[in-house]
Amino acid sequence: MNKKLNSPTWQTEDVTSIVESMQDKPGALLPILHAVQNKLGYIPPESLPLLAEGLNISRAEVHGVVSFYHYFRSTPAGNHTIQICRAESCQAMGSRSLESHAKQVLNIDYQQTTAEGDITLEPVYCLGNCACSPAIRIGKEVHGHVDKDKFDQLVSRLRTQVVEVE
Amino acid sequence: MTSVTKSTVTPTLYIPRDTTAISLGADNVAKVFEHIADENSVPLHIVRNGSRGLYWLEPMIEIQTKRGRVAYGPVTVDDVEDFIASQCWLENENHPLYLGLTEEIPYLKKQQRLTFSRVGIIDPVSVDDYCDHDGFSGLKEALKGSAQQIVSTVTESGLRGRGGAAFPTGIKWQTVLNTPADQKYIICNADEGDSGTYADRMMMESDPFSVIEGMIIAGLAVGANVGYIYLREEYRLAQEILNQAISVAIENNYLGKNILGSSNNFTIEVRLGAGAYICGEETALMESIEGKRGMVRAKPPLPAAQGLWQQPTVINNVISLASVPIILSKGANYYKDFGMGRSRGTLPFQLAGNIKHAGLVELAFGPSLNTLLQDFGGGTRTGMPMKAVQVGGPLGAYLPESQWQTALDYEAFASIDAVLGHGGIVAFDDSVDMGEQARFSMEFCAIESCGKCTPCRIGSIRGVEVIDKIIADSSAESLLEDNSHEKNTELLEELCETMIHGSLCAMGGMTPFPVLSALKYFPEDFSNSPVNAAETNSSTFNSAEQV
Repeated sequence: MNKKLNSPTWQTEDVTSIVESMQDKPGALLPILHAVQNKLGYIPPESLPLLAEGLNISRAEVHGVVSFYHYFRSTPAGNHTIQICRAESCQAMGSRSLESHAKQVLNIDYQQTTAEGDITLEPVYCLGNCACSPAIRIGKEVHGHVDKDKFDQLVSRLRTQVVEVE
Repeated sequence: MTSVTKSTVTPTLYIPRDTTAISLGADNVAKVFEHIADENSVPLHIVRNGSRGLYWLEPMIEIQTKRGRVAYGPVTVDDVEDFIASQCWLENENHPLYLGLTEEIPYLKKQQRLTFSRVGIIDPVSVDDYCDHDGFSGLKEALKGSAQQIVSTVTESGLRGRGGAAFPTGIKWQTVLNTPADQKYIICNADEGDSGTYADRMMMESDPFSVIEGMIIAGLAVGANVGYIYLREEYRLAQEILNQAISVAIENNYLGKNILGSSNNFTIEVRLGAGAYICGEETALMESIEGKRGMVRAKPPLPAAQGLWQQPTVINNVISLASVPIILSKGANYYKDFGMGRSRGTLPFQLAGNIKHAGLVELAFGPSLNTLLQDFGGGTRTGMPMKAVQVGGPLGAYLPESQWQTALDYEAFASIDAVLGHGGIVAFDDSVDMGEQARFSMEFCAIESCGKCTPCRIGSIRGVEVIDKIIADSSAESLLEDNSHEKNTELLEELCETMIHGSLCAMGGMTPFPVLSALKYFPEDFSNSPVNAAETNSSTFNSAEQV
């Protein structure tokens, strides 16, 4: 999913091909932004004029939408994004101490990426996994009943790239 | 492993494909089952069903036996080899994970599953399985009658919006039916952002055809041929399963042109949100589908008159729509006979947070909150005394034990300044600091406010500040010197009043509910809160705000 995050450049065609394939869809902007972020890992600010032109709206409108939604990023993330649920159900099962543990272990705050560039930490407000709080998400994978030990295991698995059972 | 005998019939094994089950390892369990069965040439038919919603038992696998489906759980990958070696499909009562016949598990047996009747039983993306379990019979009924007959049936059933607002569904549909327009829309609100709720997710992952069928019926009822499912970005498995189900429905002529040989057309597209809680508010949601910032619209005009792209629009929650097929197939009276007062039918309650037996409990309205917390939930998971329960998501009140006898009914909850909302129930043990929880409610509102109206946008930020002052003052020596604690508490109450009466939507209008209830029922937590709580929280608040 986030494999291309480290690639420093993107081609104009990456964005224009997406715009062209979706611009006729009613209310196309969000689906286009999702497609761009899927492809590039973020929405480069320099791509906004291309989106604006393709949809015949102003750059300000595109910027307004990108900046409104928490999910859309304007800068690349690390190789992996870890989201920790901050909502009530997870709070009831110790997510506050989990989040401070995570910040300490990774030595970053929310919205930051580790010095190695491998992990970005984000808050999230509910993953719908409230029956086994606290929950976190790594990329698109949700994990339940995450205590400090399980968190450390998951992080070390990311860092050592252990091959899983096929 | 050589002793494994091959039975004449391939044993069927059910392993849930549900976010929560997978978050506890269900995918790995399925992979290992396949792998070991394959290695030993054991024929095994694995069905990836949805979850039964007995989440403390997940991953819960089921095996088809002559007596019915038998469950084992929670199963880990380490258990699999032994399961196959001991021929688990022959039903082994002595197995430590043996749970007996699934249907006889008391947690499930005591429920009244109407909307969730197929959930966890069928293969979610098999249309044959769906039809074998009464699926699409509501649609077939609907196709026989007029649009008005469909709307009248839904109205008579007493179904109210299950998203939280509890507005009568039939009345909403009637307005759209009565509003002439060239184009009308059906929107399924699947932006289930409330903490402690997961019924929509389960429904979409475990029985997506129910949602699709409900939307088609809504389309027939009001004369709409385009439907959108606005799904939150966090629900990626639901996205995958919904899209699979939509493709299957198109292949089988339940969607597309001339549905089931009729003259009716209907299409459904899944639209993904992007992590904005406010987009669960219906007008913000429509703005989002239109490709804009999720800003709340002033009402009127109501969406039923001028909704998506200013056209008449039915916008209903996932569970409301998924309840429609059974109402059409079994009749309004069948559904109406469940429940109490003006709360008719059933509500899928979701037990979450610090609770021993977390899971989905569908019941007719009426029993007490305590029934859910104790009889089903079994108390806290940590084993500590339960202190507070938040019902109805982040905008719902915190209730102390003295309120747990309240009946699960929209009006009964309204009478104690609380809401049932979408049926989420989050339990907390006695380690919870209610001052901190009240602060979080305001903080969450500040982060998620769309910013259109001042009471919500500014009020929530002031709310955080005032609560910080209350907490800080109370632990300082200055408490005795002036009565600033009292003054700030009064200020907070006034601020809440302003937010309740002055906000454009429920975000700002209901954020005060958890705050005021915490203040009312747990005042001691506003005078003894840890001093450093405010400090650590304000740093996370600032960073979260930069999102």
